[in-house]
Amino acid sequence: MGDPPPDPEPPSQQPSSWRSSQTSQRRSWEVNQFQPSVSEEVQQIPLDGLDLQSSQGIPASQTNLRGWSSGASLTQPENLMYQPEEAPLGGLEYPSLNMGFPSELQPQPYLEEGESQATRTASLMLQQLQQGQGNLFQQLDSSYQPDLLGQFNMYQREDLQFDQGAQHGPYMRDDPTLQYTPSELGFMPFSMEVPEPEPRELAVQNAKAYLLQTSVSCSLSLYEHLVNLLTKILNQRPEDPLSILESLNRTTQWEWFHPKLDTMRDDPEMEPTYEMADRQRGLFLRSGAGGEGEQELEEEVVETAVPNIMETAFYLEQAGVGLSSDESFRIFMALKQLVEQQPIHTCRFWGKILGLSRSYLVAEVEFREGEEEAEEEEVEEMMESTEGMDAHGGEEEGEEDEEKVIDIIPKPMWKPPPIVPKEESRSGTNKYLYFVCQEPGRPWTRLPHVTPIQIVQARKIKKFFTGHLDAPVNSYPPFPGNEANYLRAQIARISAATHISPLGFYQFSEEEGDEEEEGGAGRDSYEENPDFEGIPVLELVDSMANWVHHTQHILPQGRCTWVNPLQKMEEEEELGEEEEKADEGMEEVEQEVGPPLLTPLSEDAEIMHMSPWTARLSCSLCPQYSVAVVRSNLWPGAYAYASGKKFENIYIGWGHKYSPDNFNPPLPAPIQQEYPRGPEVMEMSDPTVEEEQALKAAQEQALAAAEEEEEDEEEDEDEDLDD
Amino acid sequence: MDSESLLLSLELASGSGQGLSPDRRASLLTSLTLVKRDYRYSRVLFWGRILGLVADYYIAQGLSEDQLAPRKTLYSLNCMEWSLLPPATEEMAVETSVVKGRFMGDPSHEYEHTELQKMKEGEKVFEEEVVVQIKEENRLVSVINQIDKAVAVIPRGALFKTPFGPIHVNRTFEGLSLSEAKKLSSYFHFREPVELKNKTLLEKADLDPSLDFMDSLEHDIPKGSWSIQMERGNALVVLRSLLWPGLTFFHAPRTKNYGYIYMGTGEKNIDLPFML
Repeated sequence: MGDPPPDPEPPSQQPSSWRSSQTSQRRSWEVNQFQPSVSEEVQQIPLDGLDLQSSQGIPASQTNLRGWSSGASLTQPENLMYQPEEAPLGGLEYPSLNMGFPSELQPQPYLEEGESQATRTASLMLQQLQQGQGNLFQQLDSSYQPDLLGQFNMYQREDLQFDQGAQHGPYMRDDPTLQYTPSELGFMPFSMEVPEPEPRELAVQNAKAYLLQTSVSCSLSLYEHLVNLLTKILNQRPEDPLSILESLNRTTQWEWFHPKLDTMRDDPEMEPTYEMADRQRGLFLRSGAGGEGEQELEEEVVETAVPNIMETAFYLEQAGVGLSSDESFRIFMALKQLVEQQPIHTCRFWGKILGLSRSYLVAEVEFREGEEEAEEEEVEEMMESTEGMDAHGGEEEGEEDEEKVIDIIPKPMWKPPPIVPKEESRSGTNKYLYFVCQEPGRPWTRLPHVTPIQIVQARKIKKFFTGHLDAPVNSYPPFPGNEANYLRAQIARISAATHISPLGFYQFSEEEGDEEEEGGAGRDSYEENPDFEGIPVLELVDSMANWVHHTQHILPQGRCTWVNPLQKMEEEEELGEEEEKADEGMEEVEQEVGPPLLTPLSEDAEIMHMSPWTARLSCSLCPQYSVAVVRSNLWPGAYAYASGKKFENIYIGWGHKYSPDNFNPPLPAPIQQEYPRGPEVMEMSDPTVEEEQALKAAQEQALAAAEEEEEDEEEDEDEDLDD
Repeated sequence: MDSESLLLSLELASGSGQGLSPDRRASLLTSLTLVKRDYRYSRVLFWGRILGLVADYYIAQGLSEDQLAPRKTLYSLNCMEWSLLPPATEEMAVETSVVKGRFMGDPSHEYEHTELQKMKEGEKVFEEEVVVQIKEENRLVSVINQIDKAVAVIPRGALFKTPFGPIHVNRTFEGLSLSEAKKLSSYFHFREPVELKNKTLLEKADLDPSLDFMDSLEHDIPKGSWSIQMERGNALVVLRSLLWPGLTFFHAPRTKNYGYIYMGTGEKNIDLPFML
């Protein structure tokens, strides 16, 4: 404020003169203020005093009224009370308070526009507190609530706080109107008998008052903030608090403005988490029977189709592969749920395929006999109906075109390559059914069977899975299907390439050993060998010949068993569709042969001088109890373990094959010919000038020659005639 | 991931399918403590595992007080004996960029690469095929360096910068909130900032200089090279890099748990633009 603090003088020395001068100054000033400003709703306070209660609605303005206590005569200017506008302070019994200490320093919250306001208010409050006006202090303290402080911008008269003979402190206002003496105003100075606080204490109080102020933009005062911060530090007692002071500061401020929600409301951010937890809780509750207590303990343990996932997870964990144990347990419960919902004969956890926004958990499943056809038919009907609609649409358009256009549209010569038929369920690539789900607890979705063309196309593209089954697969060459089909195709490829078992676990069934059926397609079924003794782990790790594939290899055609596509084509032609000339003849299509079932891994092709499999012991420190782990280098993420008589395969990864070279997408096909080239379409080149002239010359020659002949003939005739 | 919270971090990062067997975990816990003592690091991170054909490399990194100072990298074949790797240099990066394929797993293995080099003999200049030997150790160093520069991730608020210069771990980091955790802009590259100075003044005005002093993942090229997912029923956010498949970053929102680990073959996915 810039005022030099006056010397602290004992009150007795020149209180009266000071006081009187102050008083007069204030009053005169106030009178001056009052008279010109009647425009506001400020009431004129008669100097005789006014009921404070009536003046509660004082707006904040420069010429705010002071409430003069009723008993306050002009001789008691100190009875002017600060009248806060808020209701809570309406209960202030100002009159009584005024009466209460006529001889005390009136609580005159002296408010200025500026910093000195709260200072003096505070100092007054503190003084009152010292004087035992606890009541007032509480009430007035409430005035320091954040929302009230902002309204402290009323002018109060300085004299009201200083006329009790208290020390005016070092914060005197420099106001020319204060020069009036009370005698000019006609007021009598008030004589105070209250002891003034020490100058030091006053300084402290002023400082505290300064800290307690708030600004217009923020209702948090520095004092409160520091209190919060220090309380937090003292409660938590972090180590080396100085180094984290700034962070604590920021956090405390943030917490003030973001109070914790009350307990009755839910946190909106945690909604999805709670919902997922609810769903997973459903997994753990047994269906129907309710709690565990109701279960009869004598209930015999029924064999379930769900395998022992936890055991597999344990062994795979020894190998350093797999999901965490609680996740494995949740998968187990989810598989159990699947088994209950669908008529499943055998079931296995195939693995996890990672996607961009979500991942897929895949279960490999075999339905009970006969159950599957019902679902298959539904799926096929849907497919056919959509195809039928497309065909109808095509035919209609064709007819319209024919009606409108008289010319015959040239028929395209391109014929789509013959479609290789899909394999039957339960055989070849479609031997198992696959269900996927995003997270344990969510419903399982069935994947459709895979068609050979999908496998062929899947070999040509490389795309990440997004996590949504109905997402389109944008690629070149275009993939016939959406993400569900692509996923199924990749699963088929991975299964065919990486499902392995120790040699001897499976054997061919000892049936009619027809090895020459179907052109040597080989056996496609196997059964478990009851006499399997298990291969020592060390041997399993040493040589790849001890492992065999137990899934059929997929031929380049996209199937496991070869089918001549042209035979099918002939049948279609016989059915009488629009025929083209079928004289391409029987192209010689070579039968595709792949390695037969149960071939050992040592026969697998190498990748760039690198073996496609890597085998390790799970723990080199204790080989006696280790597990043999085999890892595929061709499909990163495919693992198999074997120990004793147990083995299992799993795949956790992105679902793509490893290739040491970059991925080169196939180039687009060459442009097709639009029309056959023939003389009627070919543009004849115009003859050049030389040619024309040559032609003309030749014609003239011919003409000349013809005339000569005629002349000769005529001559001959003439001669004949002459004769 | 921090070696102090190794077990919890491994469990949280297990969603990608790769983890460590119990014997490796036990070895790591003991050996990383000893590494911290011997090399006097203030923090030791288990960086991850690079799968080789014959053996795997286990990599750890040691940090000093300043978190962004160059880190020391150590490798081990059995999680017990650690050897310090030389720091990465530009020449190493150039030299090893020609090597393709998997790691062998033997640090003394040498790759052979034939190059055509121009040799001068007198006045003749002709090209000769020279076989260059490249050590696997150098390749390891440069691959680790590349992965760190490209895809090491840290959440916003986990480190803070003081006016004196060094970057400290923020002890009052309480975790990102759920809404923040799903955005790529709340994660930064754990390396010296490269693109920060290219921001416009308007953007810089919104940044907090003590917290936002690293590049965020938002503007990575190609766009979409990060896969961000919630796992465990929305209680864990997992970021997986598609450029270096095998790098997983996990963070449990509203807790202090975060970390990243690389478990892969050490090869960059150059086909990424085709695959998106």
